[in-house]
Amino acid sequence: MSSNSGYVKEAPLVKGNHTFSSITALVADIVEKPTPFWWYIAFGISNLLMGLLFLMLGYLIWEGTGVWGLNNTVAWGWAIINFVWWVGIGHAGTLISAVLFLFRQGWRTAINRFAEAMTIFAVMCAGIFPAVHVGRIWVIYWVFPLPNQMQMWPNFQSPLLWDVFAVSTYFTVSLLFWYVGLIPDLATLRDRVKSKLAAKLYGAFALGWTGGNRQWQNYEKAYMLLAGLATPLVLSVHTIVSFDFAVSIIPGWHTTIFPPYFVAGAIFSGFAMVMTLMIIARKIYGLQDIMTIDHIEKMNIIILVTGWMVGFAYIMEFFIAWYSGVEYEKFAFVNRATGPYAWAYWIMMSCNVIAPNFFWFRKMRRSITVSFILSIVVNIGMWFERFVITVTSLAQDFLPGSWAYYSPTWVDVLTYVGTFGLFFTNFLLFLRFLPMIAIAEVKMVMPQADPHYYDEDGNEPVKETEELNEPNTNS
Amino acid sequence: MSDQVKETDKTVFAVLAEYDNPAKLMKAAKLVNRAGYTKFDAHSPFPIHGMDDAMGLKESKLGWIVLSHALVGFSGGLALQVWASSIAYPINIGGRPFANIPAYVPVTFELTILLSAFAAVFGMFFLNNLPKLHNNLFNSDNFNRVTDDKFFISIETEDGMYSEEETMKFLEGTGASHIEKVYE
Repeated sequence: MSSNSGYVKEAPLVKGNHTFSSITALVADIVEKPTPFWWYIAFGISNLLMGLLFLMLGYLIWEGTGVWGLNNTVAWGWAIINFVWWVGIGHAGTLISAVLFLFRQGWRTAINRFAEAMTIFAVMCAGIFPAVHVGRIWVIYWVFPLPNQMQMWPNFQSPLLWDVFAVSTYFTVSLLFWYVGLIPDLATLRDRVKSKLAAKLYGAFALGWTGGNRQWQNYEKAYMLLAGLATPLVLSVHTIVSFDFAVSIIPGWHTTIFPPYFVAGAIFSGFAMVMTLMIIARKIYGLQDIMTIDHIEKMNIIILVTGWMVGFAYIMEFFIAWYSGVEYEKFAFVNRATGPYAWAYWIMMSCNVIAPNFFWFRKMRRSITVSFILSIVVNIGMWFERFVITVTSLAQDFLPGSWAYYSPTWVDVLTYVGTFGLFFTNFLLFLRFLPMIAIAEVKMVMPQADPHYYDEDGNEPVKETEELNEPNTNS
Repeated sequence: MSDQVKETDKTVFAVLAEYDNPAKLMKAAKLVNRAGYTKFDAHSPFPIHGMDDAMGLKESKLGWIVLSHALVGFSGGLALQVWASSIAYPINIGGRPFANIPAYVPVTFELTILLSAFAAVFGMFFLNNLPKLHNNLFNSDNFNRVTDDKFFISIETEDGMYSEEETMKFLEGTGASHIEKVYE
């Protein structure tokens, strides 16, 4: 998949003197080792938070959306902000697994499993918000084209309905993609685990995989096709999410820049989230040989680039508002930067446009501490971006008589906090029971995986001086 | 398990030859293919590029399965929307046409992707004969390492060319480090 070109010397993707079997052991043994103590604590806290989420949702459904801070003017509050934020985070997983695959970026193999899991759990968190926002959740099936007692069908011209199809398709395809990638690694676990029951369970999900080339041939084709399908899909999903805003005629929302701007923002925040999780996991599980500092640097470059794409969009929005000559449009943007929500606007600007500039410096890009802090800063900034977009445009729209200031209630806040419980409960289960790194794919990018690595008799080559950077592989 | 207990009444399913690295496997696959075997497979922990040619495999048919489902998703998705909003229950929404095709693009697109993805995954299962609860190759103890760091060629006894002695002798000449019979 990734053969380093002979012209430019590239850093090896797997560091240390690893053989195929040491890679297998490094990743697969995590599942077999006894559960670490911190895991129980983290899982307990996550479970409590998840319980809080269900309590809040129950309260909301019992009492109605009045328990949220929504008012007549601001009908979309934290729920939509959180929805866009979580779904945006999810997009990095698909970007890493599909887009970087199509671009033959071998380094993705270290983080794709991880990032795809994050996608699935993030989309689960995202999906909750629009579902409960409908108010009468017991008739949520009206969003699907199902025959009902009114003999009516959904309004296929509504962006909110497009969202239903986009997000549910996105979740399904992400899950399928993730599972297909897992099959060979589940087979590895099936062949390794000591417990009979575990072997049976992993074996059932590995579907009887034998690693035969007749299987690999169709498998690789399926993987490539899925990557080709997921790439336009991920772009379409956030485009459609942005249509929720852009198709309306609210000043500040009604702009054509929204689809690319939302997609760039999604990748920006998603990479930051992958970074946060990855820095913790590689440290705890000792995976620094696979998730190397080079990976962190590459991801930081993507964060820098997408950060500037977002920054460009912020500035361009202002320019177009002025250039359009529309009073309401001009007011909406000046009001964002100087009005009652100026504090949110400047948090957004400093977190998203100013903070990533540290990554111009190689030293910062390769610093674990800086990467970790900035990855959190970026996600705070991206949450505020959605806050600014959603709230400022609604709170002060056409008629000054209907202006209002929006504040969330404790239910809003605790629901959002609760989604972290759902996310981390799932993520911890994933870390515990599934291989968090795509074992087969990492082996593929090792130099030993290429038949041309060996000499004519099929033996290990004698190490030459120019191959000093290659891992030593005397097995 | 069963290969240690050499019972004569057990039927041999396949001969399994073990190799140390991808280069040796590739060379052996070429030889097996050239010798005229058809019911054989080259097992490895990861896909090896060039193996399809070495084994003389035709290109995967999966693309056609996916294409056909993509077309069903596309036309079905479009037909659903046009039918629902202009035939089953026409509603005037903002004075726009009943069959407002540009507005149907997103849902049509998503359904095309959805059906194609299902076709890619389940079509792959279908072509690979998966899921299977058991495969006779799993009866070999060594075969466990196919998902770790070992490489294997299996030749099934159902192959027309198969004869126990000759096939095993032939495999010995391909650079295998270990050869065994796998029982059913």
